[in-house]
Amino acid sequence: MKITRRALAASALALGSACGAFAAGHEPVTVGFIYVGPIGDGGWTYEHDKGRLAVEEHFGDGVRTLYQESVPEGADSERAMTQMIRQGADIIFTTSFGYMDPTINVAARFPDVKFEHATGYKRAPNVSTYSARFYEARAVLGHIAGELTESNKIGYIASFPIPEVIRGINSAYIHAKKANPDVELSVVWVYTWFDPAKEADAAKALIDQGADVLLQHTDSTAPQAAAEAAGDVYTFGQASDMPEYAPKPRVSSIIDDWAPYYIERVQAVIDGTWESTDTWDGIAPGMVRIGEISDAVPADVKAEALSLKNRLASGEYHAFTGPLNRQDGSVWLAEGETADDGTLLGMDFYVEGIVGDIPN
Amino acid sequence: MTFAGIDPLILLASLMVASTPILLAALGELVVERSGVLNLGVEGMMIVGAISGLATAVETGSPWLGLGAAALAGAALALVFGFLTQTLLSNQVATGLALTLFGLGLAALMGQGYIGVKPPPLPWPDLSGIPVLGRLLDQFDAVVLISLALLAAVAVFLKRGRAGLVLRAVGENHDAAHGLGYRVVPIRMAAIAFGGACAGLGGAHLSLVRVPQWTEGMTAGAGWIALAIVVFAGWRPWGVLLGAYLFGGTTVLQLNLQAAGVAIPVEYLSMSPYLITILVLVIMSAGRGRTAIGAPASLGRIFHASR
Amino acid sequence: MIALEKRPEPSSFWRWVAPIVAVALTMAAGGAMFAILGKDPTEAIRTIFWDPLFGPFAAHDRPQLLVKGGPLILIAIGLSLGFRAGVWNIGAEGQYILGAICGAAVALAFYPLDSWVVFPLSALAGGLGGWAWAMIPAILRTKFNTNEILVSLLLVYAAEQLLASASLGFLRNPDGAGFPGSRNLSRYDAAANREILEGSGIHWGVSAAFLAVPAAHALMTRHRVGFHIRVSGESPRAARFAGVDPNRLTIFCLGVSGALAGLAGFFEVAGPAGQISIDFNAGYGFTAIIVAFLGRLNPVGITLAGLLLALTYIGGEAAQATMGLPAAAIQAFQGMLLFFLLGVDVLTKYRIRPARRARA
Repeated sequence: MKITRRALAASALALGSACGAFAAGHEPVTVGFIYVGPIGDGGWTYEHDKGRLAVEEHFGDGVRTLYQESVPEGADSERAMTQMIRQGADIIFTTSFGYMDPTINVAARFPDVKFEHATGYKRAPNVSTYSARFYEARAVLGHIAGELTESNKIGYIASFPIPEVIRGINSAYIHAKKANPDVELSVVWVYTWFDPAKEADAAKALIDQGADVLLQHTDSTAPQAAAEAAGDVYTFGQASDMPEYAPKPRVSSIIDDWAPYYIERVQAVIDGTWESTDTWDGIAPGMVRIGEISDAVPADVKAEALSLKNRLASGEYHAFTGPLNRQDGSVWLAEGETADDGTLLGMDFYVEGIVGDIPN
Repeated sequence: MTFAGIDPLILLASLMVASTPILLAALGELVVERSGVLNLGVEGMMIVGAISGLATAVETGSPWLGLGAAALAGAALALVFGFLTQTLLSNQVATGLALTLFGLGLAALMGQGYIGVKPPPLPWPDLSGIPVLGRLLDQFDAVVLISLALLAAVAVFLKRGRAGLVLRAVGENHDAAHGLGYRVVPIRMAAIAFGGACAGLGGAHLSLVRVPQWTEGMTAGAGWIALAIVVFAGWRPWGVLLGAYLFGGTTVLQLNLQAAGVAIPVEYLSMSPYLITILVLVIMSAGRGRTAIGAPASLGRIFHASR
Repeated sequence: MIALEKRPEPSSFWRWVAPIVAVALTMAAGGAMFAILGKDPTEAIRTIFWDPLFGPFAAHDRPQLLVKGGPLILIAIGLSLGFRAGVWNIGAEGQYILGAICGAAVALAFYPLDSWVVFPLSALAGGLGGWAWAMIPAILRTKFNTNEILVSLLLVYAAEQLLASASLGFLRNPDGAGFPGSRNLSRYDAAANREILEGSGIHWGVSAAFLAVPAAHALMTRHRVGFHIRVSGESPRAARFAGVDPNRLTIFCLGVSGALAGLAGFFEVAGPAGQISIDFNAGYGFTAIIVAFLGRLNPVGITLAGLLLALTYIGGEAAQATMGLPAAAIQAFQGMLLFFLLGVDVLTKYRIRPARRARA
């Protein structure tokens, strides 16, 4: 039985050396994508697949892409990766946090295949990680929200209490508060990644409680529809642009755009310059984009929002710049100090001013 | 008047709208089960209804045609189940589960071209001018009223009509009903189709009114809740209403409490709809005799007219 | 018109031939679906049914069949006892989750102790966790006459919420930088569920499944409890005359199925899955219900049904990766396979005859 495994590894090595041949332009480079949900989710996986299609379009016959949808974490994902390597995959993007250990496991078995793991923190010589600084975009949205609210109450639909989500809440709140010192943030945890009906209920609950601007960290348009039905409520598109609800209730959006990164990394494989890296990109390289700010937003607010966006993009301003205190009043960042990535990655606290506890 | 900042009338309206898909699906399943058939494929029929309704509404521009198509699609899928279980006498539990699996796959295939497409809105008059009830009615939509009307019709049908009596007789003892000359299989097929139509309509409420758009897996377990509610209701129509509203109400209330800033242990409250449903069920079933749970006696049993 | 006539004895010819006919019909109908989707039907069918068993990479795929089929078989064996007695445990998914949580909790409580006791104690905890979760419907059923279908089903959703809190809270990896998910048990040697024979796919959970098959067979045919189960399922009244205590039987059936589902959960979390995460459960508990019925509630049949379903999973994944078939098509294909298996099965118990008019 051991022989078979070694035989497989050997075939992988053969594939790996064949890679060199691909690089010389003899054969298309094969790119694999492992998706955690269906492409039809209209959100997270949908955007990754748009990245895949962009790769196909950019390289034409120079690449072949493979993908598998709704791959459960664990053994199933290891099998899916192995499957793609058999198909000749030179580089595989694993697009969910839960694929971290499986990616590392498979990468150890196939040292000549390149791996790119989204949102994780474990790397290897042939495993890179990449993620997006969504909190930069949330700062801009938070600013607009603070300016727009009449009731001074902003609703936030949150999925699970993990650092990524908490970071977004803090960033939005800090900038809403700067725009409007009277603002209150009301967070509703729905404890699901995906349940459009529950998102609709959560949006309604927030609106019923007086929120007139909604931010969301869930991917469906259910909150947009609830806001439209309620009348004077503003929302922001999430993951994709959601232009069908523009100019109102959707006044802007936060868009995941993986295409530039995917094209750059595939190009590196073709050129033979691929190296293991840790990428955490924000607005500047275009991994996170702000969707068009609609005319429902007053021109001066729009201008301020765009200037904030530009300052974030140029690096002149960091979304977490002191003075900032933790929720309990203790000092987190002194005047002018900016947050380090380690703290941000593991963020498990609210900043001062947000009421309520983070559930755990 | 408000409690903890929550207006009870608005809360009532929210929970009625939120509960409509499960109410419709549970109502259909109730009729199916009263005829002695257990169809666990509700989730599959709902989601096929959701995409059929959305696709039809988008293509024709008419949300009403969409609702009709959703009901038809749900019924058509239910008849596949009916053919397998009634004609080919397959096991109902397994066939129902297979129906869910098939329905989820089929709906996803059908929906590939409709991601992110917004359906035409279902018209609803501005009723906010009506005193007191206006605030309630203004939150409704046509499907909420359809669901309530269907509920009343089913209640009357089961209680008063001769046809309802026949349906119940078939569900209680299919051999005796057959002996009396009633055609067990056609009656059950009709019930199964009705159940599918209701489930499809419930799915369409999600895709055409509540969300409204198509996303894969958008029913997110509502079909299973509907099944639970039928049992919870003790197989009585008004019990279905209570069960659906209790379930929807618990969800809506916990979200409202969060939104109102009341400190609640969220991670445990997310389970509360399920636990409260269990608790109420225990209270309702305790103290009743062994046989008086209300389940149709022939439920899930295979009928074969051997004589 | 045609009519069905009940055979005096189930046909042993059709018992074996019916599944083959069903698979053939599925290939025809599924092939048509694949053709409509613009894919080569022969290649798709070959990829799904043939390649995992005999294709060029079969040496890697065959062990995977066991990894995928093992938990299905283990859970289905437990469920089949109850189903034959008329005790309907639809909530194996929840018991599976609780088994994983309890097993992982015990294992992690010992971390990093390196002792042989960790694995058996954790497995025991997993079994007990599943058992305890199944005892809730069992006790409510026997004390309050509450319907066990409903309670066991609702407890699945409660279990999913517990799983989320476990991976975000009390089982979260303290070295995981705040990310959700527990430590990886497959990297903790004392607790890891290893392959007994490397490369064979046979880990402790698979061997438990293979032990459960003859044990269940012996129980049903040789033991008094098996007789009680059979007589209760066929005629509850006759069972009472035969001295069967229905309450004890309910507790026994739910207990055994819960414990086996819990064990399957632990073996999965300590092996193929590796860690507790929000989306740890992948539907094994529900699929096992189908497996139990496809196997006609018979241990040997369940084994074959579990392996057949595993084959469609493995082959289906391959078809996605190699041919770009959407996951939804595979799901619909599996649904068709089940329809045909269930439908054709009518021939084992009934004969088809032209109907006589006189019959109503």
